[in-house]
Amino acid sequence: MKKIFGIIAIALFFYACGSDDTTITTDDSGSDNTGNFDRSAMLTNWADNIIVPGYVDFNAKVNTLESATAAFTADASDLTAVRAAWVDAYTTWQRVSMFEIGPAETVNLRLNVNIYPANVTTIENNIDNGSYDFELSSNRSAKGFPAIDYLLYGLGADETAILAVYNGTDGAAYKQYLNDVVADMKQLTASVLSEWQGSYRATFIDNDGASATASTDRLVNDYIFYYEKFLRAGKMGIPGGVFSGNVEVGNLEALYAGDLSKEFFLVGLDATQDFFNGIAYNTSAQGESLSSYLEELNAIKDGVDLSDIINSQFDVARTSVAALGSFESELTENSTVSFLESYNEVQRLVPLLKVDMVSAMSISIDFADADGD
Amino acid sequence: MIQQVKRYLNTQGEAAPLAVFRVSFGLLMLASLIRFWSYGWIEKFYISPSFHFTFYGFEWVRPFGNYTYLLFAICAFSTIMITLGYKYRLAITLFFLSFTYIELMDKTMYLNHYYFISMLSFLMIFIPAGSYFSIDALQLSRKRTTTPIQFVPRWTIDSIKLLLGIVYVYAGLAKLNSDWLLEAMPLKIWLPSKFDIPLIGDLLGQEWVQHVFSWFGAGYDLFIPFLLLWRKSRPFAFIMVIIFHVLTRVLFPIGMFPYVMIVSALIFFDAGFHKRIIYAFAKAVKYPQQLLETTQHYTFRNSNLAKVSVIIVAMFFAIQLLLPWRYLAYPGELFWTEEGYRFSWRVMLMEKSGYAQFKIVDGVSGKRFYADNTDFLTPLQEKQMSFQPDFILEYAHYLRDHFESQGHQEVEVYVESYVALNGRLSTTYIDPKVDLAQIEDSFAHKNWIIPFTDEIKGL
Repeated sequence: MKKIFGIIAIALFFYACGSDDTTITTDDSGSDNTGNFDRSAMLTNWADNIIVPGYVDFNAKVNTLESATAAFTADASDLTAVRAAWVDAYTTWQRVSMFEIGPAETVNLRLNVNIYPANVTTIENNIDNGSYDFELSSNRSAKGFPAIDYLLYGLGADETAILAVYNGTDGAAYKQYLNDVVADMKQLTASVLSEWQGSYRATFIDNDGASATASTDRLVNDYIFYYEKFLRAGKMGIPGGVFSGNVEVGNLEALYAGDLSKEFFLVGLDATQDFFNGIAYNTSAQGESLSSYLEELNAIKDGVDLSDIINSQFDVARTSVAALGSFESELTENSTVSFLESYNEVQRLVPLLKVDMVSAMSISIDFADADGD
Repeated sequence: MIQQVKRYLNTQGEAAPLAVFRVSFGLLMLASLIRFWSYGWIEKFYISPSFHFTFYGFEWVRPFGNYTYLLFAICAFSTIMITLGYKYRLAITLFFLSFTYIELMDKTMYLNHYYFISMLSFLMIFIPAGSYFSIDALQLSRKRTTTPIQFVPRWTIDSIKLLLGIVYVYAGLAKLNSDWLLEAMPLKIWLPSKFDIPLIGDLLGQEWVQHVFSWFGAGYDLFIPFLLLWRKSRPFAFIMVIIFHVLTRVLFPIGMFPYVMIVSALIFFDAGFHKRIIYAFAKAVKYPQQLLETTQHYTFRNSNLAKVSVIIVAMFFAIQLLLPWRYLAYPGELFWTEEGYRFSWRVMLMEKSGYAQFKIVDGVSGKRFYADNTDFLTPLQEKQMSFQPDFILEYAHYLRDHFESQGHQEVEVYVESYVALNGRLSTTYIDPKVDLAQIEDSFAHKNWIIPFTDEIKGL
């Protein structure tokens, strides 16, 4: 009987040691000859070949935008160069928007640089007051890319009218605001990049375990969240009236510049597919990824690799959207049928990622820390 | 036969096992409630959500806003009374009612082991677990010159063993299917993701390990009650109980359940073992020794009450034995339709996840749009809703009422849903052409579930 007591004591002690949500990180011996996928190799590929190079490029584009803005505010005679720099930076943003983890999550990068449509009333009030605090969440819809969109394309009916504002009585205030918006973006971007280039990379890669707080689980959640909420709903679903029943052209991305939202969508779609396949930023080199993870797990469904099913749906969605006219023209035509058909192809990826992929990897979506049985 | 039953019902045994069981049950339940509270789960699961999934027939069971804390406090207070053996019958009744009410408030939170606690506490109302080594016994001896009870009807102890046996055996029977035994599903999905567990992590990715675990799990569930019953295999069986539940605790987030099962298994040990535990405790708390050694037998205050108790317990077990088989009355694959899945000890049995998006149509204006589930449901509610038809239907009705209150007319609700089961590719789950707003929930077969495209053989 004493023995049994001892066993119980040891067992209970063993329990007590394991708290309810342990994150045990293995050492990096990389001994993955046991049929286990090496998550740290995947995390390394993500960090070194996709995320950091993406931020480096984005940071460079924001710096270019800053100099172009400085040049424009010094001499507001031509919008061409500053507009081009904005389009370039905005396009690159579409490739890094999904990585809202770690430093980007801490500073809420996405909410700070791309809430659209921009709140024109707030922007104009801020300019009138001449003082504004960009730290306030109420100013989030009055800064970032959408605010610049308004400031470079929406202040007047044509270039002449817009330039007239900058060279008019309130011109200095407008120039100041434009510079401040860009400076805010630059500061946020630089801080995220320096964190990644500093200690966060190691933090991210070392957290290679399997739990709700491990890097893989969290980034996969962020990735799917981005796809569903920002790419699918934000760029297509909401403007297309999928959730309200009314077409909302005013909710398109890059509203004032126009004719960019479809292109931005496609860049975002490419970025999500490249991430899925572990393709290095702006090259064709390929490393460990969600698709190789699925292959390792031997996720075969009805005789087909799940990663192939997902990739072919990406391709179908891309082809379908690419065949559309600009989103603006599609949504102002009499019939939005073809736009919504394309949306449905984009939508079809959601269950594949959210149900099939994560259940194959045993990753829980929107982790809720309740018990199971 | 009748004679034998009568004789059995009149056999008495030492009350010590019940006392040990009562004290450990009370303490574990208190710990569970404190844990639940300290994680902020009362707020998160019962107070914050604006909508709750209800059990059929129990739609009136609702959280009380901030007073829900009071309900948990009452429940926790009753566990202290149970532990001390103070007004035991009142305490266990209070516990059963408050705990069951908590569990009925939101179907999202359903777990087999909560159901087990509810059933066990109901059974314990009819068991004199508070008559030995308790405040009740102490007061009885002080107030009157009666001696506290030492012996209780044997069936009261055996009924706890029987309930545990039912839980294990039915959990084992549920595992006798082709997915579990031949495909090692869902362990083939679950185990590789635990690669970072020390010592065994590397093994979990191996296919043979997944098969061994599956078979071991099924065998354990089917045979452990019998190994615990047989005196000679009992110590070995108890070691198995510990190993098995420690392993499940390490591998899966199942909260307090392993502790409850390990401690409950002690009921199978003989009275001598329990008396030693009681004596050790009695010394520590200065409980008078002479109250632990009497010759007093438990007698019912009136024989009618005794009869009623026995009949209720007998009916309780009849229901427990039959309820898990109700799925046979439904066509289609049980894992897919989940008609008769709950209340049947199907524990950690399948990997199932889904995705459901609801299309709302205004029947008058023809306007159509999709609902955003995150506007109405917590992540956990959405997760549970997306692969269970009764959840989908209840939520569809909620959406209908919500959008009608917003001024839409004759609202129709359709769902586009996909479910993946045990590693199969997700397929359409609910007929997307069926207007769920018009469907009433019942125990009848839900013919608007698209049939499962594969076959799982077995029980």
